[in-house]
Order: sequence, then C-alpha cells, then structure tokens
Amino acid sequence: MIRPQDLLCPKPEGLYCAPGDFYIDPTRPVDRAVITHGHADHARAGHYSVLATPQTLDIMNERYGVDFAHTREAGAYGQTVTRNEVEVTLVPAGHVLGSAQAVVRWKGLTMVVSGDYKRRRDPTCPAFEPVPCDVFISEATFGLPVFRHPHDGDEIARLLKSVAQFPERSHIVGAYALGKAQRIIRLLREAGWDKTIYVHGALERLNALYERHGIDLGPLAPATTAKKADFAGAIIVAPPSAMQDRWSRRFPEPVAAFASGWMQIRARARQKGVELPLVISDHADWDELTATVEELRPGELWITHGREEALARWATLQDIPARALALVGYEDDEES
Amino acid sequence: MRAFAELLDRLSLTSSRNAKLTMVRDYLRDTPDPDRGWALAALTGELSFDAVKPAFIRKAVEARMDAQLFAWSYDYVGDLAEAVSLVWPARLGANREPDLSEVIEGLKSATRAEAQGRIEAWLDALPQARERWALLKLVTGGLRVGLSARLAKQAVADLGDVPVAELEELWHALRPPYEDLFAWLEGRSEKPSSENPARFRPVMLAQAIDEAVDFAKLDPADYAAEWKWDGIRVQAAHEGGVRRLYTRTGDDISRTFPDILDALDDQGVIDGELLVIRDGKVAPFADLQQRLNRKTVDAKLMAAHPAAIRAYDLLQDGPDDTRSLPLTARRKRLEAFVARQASPRIDLSPMQPFETWADLAALRANPPAGDPQIAEGLMLKRWDAAYLAGRPKGPWFKWKRDPFLVDAVLMYAQRGHGKRSSYYSDYTFGVWIQDAMGQRSLTPVGKAYFGFTDEELLQIDKFVRDNTLERFGPVRSVRAEPHHGLVFEVAFEGLQRSTRHKSGVAMRFPRISRIRWDKPPGEADEIEALERLLVQMEGR
Repeated sequence: MIRPQDLLCPKPEGLYCAPGDFYIDPTRPVDRAVITHGHADHARAGHYSVLATPQTLDIMNERYGVDFAHTREAGAYGQTVTRNEVEVTLVPAGHVLGSAQAVVRWKGLTMVVSGDYKRRRDPTCPAFEPVPCDVFISEATFGLPVFRHPHDGDEIARLLKSVAQFPERSHIVGAYALGKAQRIIRLLREAGWDKTIYVHGALERLNALYERHGIDLGPLAPATTAKKADFAGAIIVAPPSAMQDRWSRRFPEPVAAFASGWMQIRARARQKGVELPLVISDHADWDELTATVEELRPGELWITHGREEALARWATLQDIPARALALVGYEDDEES
Repeated sequence: MRAFAELLDRLSLTSSRNAKLTMVRDYLRDTPDPDRGWALAALTGELSFDAVKPAFIRKAVEARMDAQLFAWSYDYVGDLAEAVSLVWPARLGANREPDLSEVIEGLKSATRAEAQGRIEAWLDALPQARERWALLKLVTGGLRVGLSARLAKQAVADLGDVPVAELEELWHALRPPYEDLFAWLEGRSEKPSSENPARFRPVMLAQAIDEAVDFAKLDPADYAAEWKWDGIRVQAAHEGGVRRLYTRTGDDISRTFPDILDALDDQGVIDGELLVIRDGKVAPFADLQQRLNRKTVDAKLMAAHPAAIRAYDLLQDGPDDTRSLPLTARRKRLEAFVARQASPRIDLSPMQPFETWADLAALRANPPAGDPQIAEGLMLKRWDAAYLAGRPKGPWFKWKRDPFLVDAVLMYAQRGHGKRSSYYSDYTFGVWIQDAMGQRSLTPVGKAYFGFTDEELLQIDKFVRDNTLERFGPVRSVRAEPHHGLVFEVAFEGLQRSTRHKSGVAMRFPRISRIRWDKPPGEADEIEALERLLVQMEGR
C-alpha cells in the first residue's frame, strides 16, 4: 500500500517527489524542478533542469535571462511527461499567464499540487481545471473566511467611477508586475476604457510578453513621457512599491488605488495610505478554496502556505483529513 | 444601500477635504429622495441608533458559522463590525436587498427584539461586505468616517450653489429626510422657512493675524481689541418663548446649561464665550470640561461649576436683526442688553483701549492681573464691520499669545493609528524631578503626537526602535538618561493642576515644536520650571 508521503513530501527546499526525483516550486536551487508559475517566489533561477509550461519558461527567461537553468523542458497544458515512473501533467490553474497545477501520478495514486490558483474568470489565462485526486495540495493565501473577493467587474467600475468623479486627478493603480497588472489592464479594456494607459517602466517587458502571447492590452505608454497636466484623468498602472516612492510625485494629486486581495481589510488599506482599495486577487478566496475542496472531495487535503490552520479546520469539519505542510519561502504575494 | 456603503467606504479612506466634498456632493446629487436625506442625517449625526449591541452581532454570526473560524477571523481583522461584515454567509434571494430608507424606517419604531431580527434579515440580503459593514456602522451608532457635520453641510450647500451660512441658518428648522431642502437646492421649490424661533445663526470667525504682513496694512483706529477668552464659543438665543444654547457649529447644548438660559431674560441672540465664572473670576478650562459633554446636569454641579457667558456680540435685539449693523452700533446695543439681564451668568467682554499696535503688543505680552492672565491672546475686530457668517478676511483677526515652551525628554512612544500605524508617533515626555535624597529622575508631564514633519517622524521612529528598553503592547519605553536620549522642545497653551498625572500638572494642547537632537537629556527642564508657571497663572 503506497502512502501519499511516499510520492510527495515536504523538504526544506520545497515539496519533493522521491520516486521521480524532482521538486515542485523549490525555494533553493535543485537539480530537477517542476515550476507551477512565474512568480518569483515559486520560480527561482539556478536550477539545473526546469519543467514548466512554455509561457512560464518564457516568463522566467524574461526575468532571469536565458541562462536561468541549464536545461528546460516545456510541458504544454494537458501533456504528460514522465520522470522515472512518475507521470507529471501540467493543468491550468487560472492564476496568471502560464500558471499550472502539477498533477502527479504514480502507481494508481494521484496527487494534485495546485500551485497558486483562482476559480473566477481571468481574461489573461485559461480557467482552473479541477482534476479528481487522492490528495489535493492547496495554497491558502486567503484561507480565512474574511477573504471573499467581490466581482472584479464591480471593482473596475468603482475605479472608473472615481476617475470620472475626479477628472483633474490621476489614478495610480498598484498591481503586482506579473499577472495582476495585465489583468487590470485587460479588465479596463473590457469595461470600455480605450484611452492610453500609462505604465511604470518595471511593467513594460512583462506587458510586451503578454502581448506576444496574444493578450491585447490596447494603447499603453510609459508613465514618463507626458507632462504633469497630461496625466489628469489618466490611469497609471505601477508596481505597489512605486506608489509611495518619489516616482509618484510626477502625477497631479494622484488617487492611490491598489489591486489586491489584501485590500479587503480596511486597516491594510489605511496602513498603506490607499484611498481606493480594489479587491482584485489572483488567488482563490475563502469561498473558492472551500468550493474547490468540496468539488474534488480528495481523500486528503494538504495545505502548502498561507493561513493554513483555518482551511485545515474547515476541512476537518467536513470530514476531509487535512494537514498543514507549513512550507516556507512563499510570500504572501500581491503584498510586495 | 450600495451607494451609501460606497460613500462611507471612500470617505473613511480619504483625507483630502476637497475630495470628501466631491464625494458627498455627488452622492447627494445622484441619489433619490428619501435615501439621500437619511444619508445626510446619518452623516451629520442627526440620526444615531444603538439598535443592537456588539454582543448580539457576535452571537448572530456564531450561530451561522464555526466559532473558532470566526474567532480567528475577528482576531485577524481587529474590528468586530468589519469582521462580521466580511464573514457573514450570504443567503441570496432570502430577502430583497433593503434600501437605506427601509432600514431607517424599520428601526425607528422597532423594539429591540424586532430590530435584531430585521438586522439579521438585512445582513442575509445584502450581497456585498461593504454594504453589511455600512449597515453595522449605522445600527451600532456613530459612523466615524472622518467627516464633520460642517463638511457635510458644505457639500449640501455646494449642491445648490448657496453659501453654507445660509444653509446653517436654516438647518435647525429642517428635519430628515430633508425633501424640502433638496427641492429648494434643485430649484424645484421655494426656500424652506427658517423662521423657527431661537434658531442658530451662523457665526463669524476670525483669521489668524500674520504679524509680519498685516499690521503694516492696518490702521489701529479702525479696530477694537478684546481678550480671546479660553472657553468655548457659544450662541445663546431667546425668541418667541424659546431659549437655546448652541456651539459655534450649531450643536444644541441647551440641556447642559439651563443655568445660563434661565438668566437670559430678554429676547435676543448673544454671541460669546462659555466659561466657568466663580466669584467673578474665570476658572481654568478644566472646570468647564466638567460641565461639557453631559446630557443633563444637577443643581450640585451647577453650584460647584457655575457657567456663564462672557458676551462679545449681539446678533438679534428683540425684534431687530442686528447683524448688518456695524460693530460700533452692535456693541452699544450689547452693553445695554447685558446690563438689562443684570445677572452674573451673563457679563460683558471688556474692550481694551489702545493707540498703537505697539501698545497692543505690550498688552498681549504682559496681560494685567486677573482673568486676562489666562486669556489665549487678543481679538481684533473692525469697528465698521457687519456681522458676517464664515471667516471673511479682514474684519476679524485673532492674535494668539506665544505658546509656552519646555524642554522635555522622550520617555515612551506608542504606535500611531491609520496612516501612522507602522510608526511610533505618539510620545510621552517628562522633565526632571529631584527626590529628598537629591536623586534626579524623569516624571511624565504630557503626550504629543504632532508638530513634526513626516521626515522627522521617520527619524524619531528609528530612534525609538534603536533605543527601546521594554515593550508593553503598542508602547515602548525608550532610553532616557542624562547623556543618552532625545529631547523635545514642547510648545503648549496652558497648564493646569491635575490629580491624574503623577507630576501633578497637565498641559493644554501640547505639541512638538522642535527636536533637540543636540541637547543632552540631562539639560532638559526640571519640574520647578512648570510649577513656577503654574503659580504665575494661578496667582493672577
């Protein structure tokens, strides 16, 4: 009788698959890595070999340069790759462009590593695909019942209402450089905002990458070229760190907006000086996390990182055995 | 409910006054009656429910979810109403989403049990956490979103493009949901009548004088001078058998000061300073504080802390509106009016004769014995000016006394709130005290949380973190030794004896005026310096 921990177990470097001899999203350089998505805390440079979706490899290439790994193998969505006797399939996770769950099968045992994921629609990547499994290994970044993200369309409407209400001011939307920024831009386009969106320099390469992958972001311009008055009524997208930076002084009375699941908590918004919190997240909220576990009804739930004790308790109350792995090294991203 | 919730949400995170005005004005413009009127009543503090207690809300949510999961949630969020609004399980379709007026009407006549049932049903029906949060704020009393009633009224005035003073004069004749008010502001009907007796008249305010610029342009002969009394500005009205006492923002405080209103025999409206006056002598501000913020008073308190008005203007004299008259004429009428009341509860703020600005500067620097010793400074008023609502530039100036200064040593620092929650921004400071054995130690004399720039805040915050001795929750004690520590030059407006402070003194309006990075704490002031000042103030 094989036990799940014979197939995958937590190690200081990350989640390790002994029979396949590879790590999933290791936080330190290893020989063989499977990478679920391109965010820096999951995709690090310096592994000998990397298996990831073509989009994720492209993102790593853009961020770290061509020599980010010695060898790389592209696993398209749905395509199965074998490592020793272990089958690995990358399946859409709905988190950001190229994001995948790692479905690991060995001797009749199926374990799914969700990576970071969300269940709602995202115009920049395919939707999460539920895979029946014996063990579901879930993230829990927003694993507390307080995190219940509203419809992103409503949040974008609030942003556009504020832009209309304060035509003499500019609106700076803080958004994580990979994924969130492009999703915000796409959502704005869907809401009918067809004017030029100004972007911080740190976003330019990733925006171009998304465009190459067929995501139309519409007219963009660097937030450096216009005169101060030209930014009146404009929307600017920037990494969150730039908002309190002197960089933002070039804009007329900017309204500080911030797109993140953390913005659900008023004290967080206040602490960061955010005037217009936009609760838009690339992670599953509490309802999505619990609905996913209910839908899959795995034999066991493992939780990689986040607020794991609450999700574990909830699962236990549903008679699903749950275990917190307490993996370290994954940031509460979106925070940055 | 959604628009109201969105408004509260944005107001609570916005600091710009203009932005708040825009938000409230737009909300009032775009929201139909009667919702907007109820919202205005809530924003101006005219409506306040305490329909349910926090314990009930907690119980209601725990009936709907695992108590442990809620406990973790509450712990994480830190605010009960917010935590409950976020975790409340939606039961969509259970009820129709209520609008604001439905909530208000539903609570007005409800018993406590009925109110609880309704609130639970509304929470079930409201789809957004933001709306549930707004509902909970509304039903637990006090919105606290950082919007003053005056600012809300300003937004209403902007909506109809009328001066806010005109609205304020009308305000006490209006009742929520203010449909007549909005009809007038939108040009759909006549102005509602403000002819309700003893209504509040918008007050005239003074500009701070700029000594370097203004005196050169002003002729001393044009101005009257009087002391700026250290109480609170009030308006006492007696008309058509109705007597009312208002604060300068129009809050009705009649019930707290029946002794004053009893003394106002003649019909008229007085503008003056509310003080505690004992045996003809003004008592320290602390005495007045004993009388403020009370819903009712008893005879004992009135006897121990006799309140009075020191009158400086007359807005209505019997049937005559005197506001358009020049100060010379109003003053004559005021003197006659006060004399007719013949009560120690209403006296006259005396004019201070002077020839030159230099005379006046000398008077301000060395106030004569008696009440002027604790005045806040001087007021200058143009003899020929009418009584104008608001803060017109030119007719009235305030010339505050220079603040007192003391060098004190930082002893404790506390985390700030809101934007400052990641900084140690509230400082307790002390001065040296010597015991019988000649041993010197620091004794706290006050607390200040402003007066420094953002850049200085960063530096002090770093100093606190680098020099922490102990932590007590959000408070840190800081190294404060004769040769190591941080000295603040603290400015304050006055000093009074206090039994609540170990040092026996309490400061009025203390703030950091300079940071003395250069000064060794051993050279900071001693308690004797403050005691001398106290004796000087009391010995007037």
